[in-house]
Amino acid sequence: MISLGSVSKRFRHPDGGWFDAINDVSLSVKAGEVFGLIGFSGAGKSTLLRLINLLERPDAGCVLVDGRELTALSAAELRRARQNIGMVFQQFNLLANRTVAENVAFPLEIAGWDKAAIRARVAECLEVVGLADRAEHYPAQLSGGQKQRVGIARALAPRPKVILADEPTSALDPKTTQSVLECLADINRRFGVTIVIVTHEMGVVRAICHRAALLESGRLIEVMDVAGGEVEANSAAARELLEAA
Amino acid sequence: MEELTLAQAWENLVLLGPEIWQASLETALMLGIGLASAILIGGPLGVWLYLAQPGQILANRFVAGVLGWLVNLVRSFPFIILMVSLVPLTRILVGSTIGPVAAAVPLSFAAIPYFARLVEQTLREVPRGVVEAAEAMGASPFEIVFKVLLREARSGLVASLTILTISFLSYSAVAGVVGGGGIGDLAIRYGYYRFQTEVMVAMVVLLVVVVQLIQFAGNRIAQKLDKR
Ligand SMILES: Nc1ncnc2c1ncn2[C@@H]1O[C@H](COP(=O)(O)OP(=O)(O)OP(=O)(O)O)[C@@H](O)[C@H]1O
Ligand SMILES: [Mg+2]
Repeated sequence: MISLGSVSKRFRHPDGGWFDAINDVSLSVKAGEVFGLIGFSGAGKSTLLRLINLLERPDAGCVLVDGRELTALSAAELRRARQNIGMVFQQFNLLANRTVAENVAFPLEIAGWDKAAIRARVAECLEVVGLADRAEHYPAQLSGGQKQRVGIARALAPRPKVILADEPTSALDPKTTQSVLECLADINRRFGVTIVIVTHEMGVVRAICHRAALLESGRLIEVMDVAGGEVEANSAAARELLEAA
Repeated sequence: MEELTLAQAWENLVLLGPEIWQASLETALMLGIGLASAILIGGPLGVWLYLAQPGQILANRFVAGVLGWLVNLVRSFPFIILMVSLVPLTRILVGSTIGPVAAAVPLSFAAIPYFARLVEQTLREVPRGVVEAAEAMGASPFEIVFKVLLREARSGLVASLTILTISFLSYSAVAGVVGGGGIGDLAIRYGYYRFQTEVMVAMVVLLVVVVQLIQFAGNRIAQKLDKR
């Protein structure tokens, strides 16, 4: 479903030098998989995730999503391709002046759905995340966990094949984290949506991932299998993260 | 000069009623044209100025530099000097340099960059992450401006418009004295040149009331629109 081929991304430092945030990383994520990106702070996890929907453009390498090479698309084509890739953020990034229902409707308006279809789909998605009774609330009236579930419903609304989630539970307490992760796992199981989730906690990987890639200083260290809630890791960095959990 | 009783003062004001009404209309006209230009031209200019900043969706160092410089240039003119320097342009545009419509030309010139800057500053309050979320959903720049930036910043924009209206009510009095007419002009003509202090006082009271009303309405609307 997703295939990154030797992608690299450098950022310019204020002092004029260059910094390799992602260095020659190749990996592929299968359709229907929940794939983790794990590593310590500054490892390049967010940057790698943002390369998948081209919020960051790679300096080298290719980005294949659902059979399309995104780096080759025109601006308009890329916008259409992005409608097939939902995104969930640590800080939720909801529109504060729109109600819950209007937030979930937003990507559908962009995709040009008609009003009746939007209304039906919004109700459906709010049902999935268990917030049907909050449709007319504003984000400011919700708890963090509820906001994140609105974020997930919004990402899910246009029936994307892929959802990218950047530390979706890092702003939440452990109990809420659990319910948000379950919500994501549920969506993966019921609708077969491929999910890539960034985290710095092995607990998240154990809870919902099928596989996870470990990043360190912008490089891919290893891709770990997760079976029965156990992470099979070989590298020293992975064991360190496992012990921290 | 003989003492003026309250009753006489009131009588004088009633006699001036039609002129006060006329002056109020002139002020409203000057202000209306100035604010309309500010919104229609200054608004888009402010949005563009914001979008051209580094890191924004239409980031362009050159455009940001030129627009910023132009806005600062016009804003650095003291209003009275701007008025005088625009006399030739006013004559071309309006065919005359007196009357409220002529006075609206320099008012508009001053209001456009002023509002553009206010809009730019207000849009900065929209969190970057929200714009990014819209980009990730495949929103076009047009949709980002109308569905995200303006909508999320709407209460701040109303507050900016309130500030602009009150500042330019005061500017319109200056423009009025130099041939535009209006409440300021009336106050000077009667209250200052003809020593009818009651007219001056009445006009000031009128302006105080109007300013309070504008601010009150602005606050209420901004509050209503703010769901953050
Ligand atoms: N736009 C940018 N400009 C300059 N440097 C950047 C930019 N974005 C990221 N970086 C740098 O790239 C490196 C990787 O950043 P990234 O956000 O991908 O890390 P991360 O693994 O997500 O970390 P965290 O767990 O703290 O979120 C960091 O050193 C960061 O400072
Ligand atoms: Mg990050």
